[in-house]
Amino acid sequence: MQAPSIAVNDLACRRGDRVLFRALSLQLAAGEALRVTGHNGIGKSSLLRIIAGLAPAFAGTVATRGAIGLVDERHALDTALPLGKALAFWQRIDGAADNELARLGLSPLLDVPVRYLSTGQKKRAALARLIGQKAPIWLLDEPLNGLDGHAATLAEKLAAEHCAGGGIAVIASHQPFAVPGLREMALADYAPREMAA
Amino acid sequence: MNGRLVTLLRRDLARLLLGGRGGGAAMPVLFFLSVAMLYPFAVGPDATLLARTGGGVIWVAALLAAILPLDRLVEPDIEAGLFDQWALRGIAEELVIAVRVLAHWLSFGPPLMLATLPAAALLGLDGRTLRIVEIGLLAGTPGLAALGVTVAALTAGLRGGAALAGLLVIPMAVPVLIFGAGALSIGGEGGLALTGAASLVLLAIAPFAGGAAVRAARG
Repeated sequence: MQAPSIAVNDLACRRGDRVLFRALSLQLAAGEALRVTGHNGIGKSSLLRIIAGLAPAFAGTVATRGAIGLVDERHALDTALPLGKALAFWQRIDGAADNELARLGLSPLLDVPVRYLSTGQKKRAALARLIGQKAPIWLLDEPLNGLDGHAATLAEKLAAEHCAGGGIAVIASHQPFAVPGLREMALADYAPREMAA
Repeated sequence: MNGRLVTLLRRDLARLLLGGRGGGAAMPVLFFLSVAMLYPFAVGPDATLLARTGGGVIWVAALLAAILPLDRLVEPDIEAGLFDQWALRGIAEELVIAVRVLAHWLSFGPPLMLATLPAAALLGLDGRTLRIVEIGLLAGTPGLAALGVTVAALTAGLRGGAALAGLLVIPMAVPVLIFGAGALSIGGEGGLALTGAASLVLLAIAPFAGGAAVRAARG
């Protein structure tokens, strides 16, 4: 597998007629983790979606090497299906991989329809989907939302293992996220002047 | 890649054919049969009138039945983030839409063609009319499926999108309807080929229009 990397150069993002951030550059190499911080609506999710190639950049360039996995507030699981079947769909798409279901505490929930799961359980299911994808780049948008203390620690541990294994993790979160060697980037530093004032 | 296509098709079929809350393929078929049952009540038991107009009624009922599942075709998957996850895995929107057209057609085309048999009995259609209606539906329903998925993708995320989708499909389905129902008149059999042609045009456009619409909805 080629070493993954992310190179963002002079990026600007616009939503509607508002520029959220500009002149943002960052480099991430294999094994590195970055936490993007900032208040609500500052563009954390937009930055992740631009890096993922799901949203256009207003200016600047993004170059990524390696497959990208994204966990955001949408779990991308069929709500009518039992969790086991909903995850099995992604296992078949991703070529059947180990989802660490037992570790995420999902084994007893496999027969429960996804729509009956709690927010935290859905988030854990989304993490299981991400693990199965085996993508070297992880983009985590508020990964700790809805997770209890135990699951939050587990999510941090999974991200740490992912980076130790040569992966990249970008975490957008207003909560602290403990990963060894974590870099921090405050998105407010890149807000246009009239907004910062 | 083929394995992924089969996986996508299987999921789409499970959702559209068996349905969950939406009722699956049973809903359009029951709707279609109720129209065929109500029509004789409304116009009276005049056998010649029923036989003469019944073919057209079947076409209108089929078109309206095809509109029923529109709101379940694309919007829920955009909403739940599935299209984003497919895009991240390099599965193009065009491909997903093409698979969905096939699944949508399988979930209402063949069932409606089967339901046409009892409907034709209710309306007292003769053998020639029944045959032409069936061939016409075979030629026309793929186009209606393509049109339905395209419009569902275009209206996904709009307020009142489902109602709007129904209104948009009807005028665009007019060519299929005119050629399909027109083939019923004596000497109008050439309309069947034109129905097929209209269908092919819609089928060719659907993946690209639908895929572009999904990407535009992402914003």
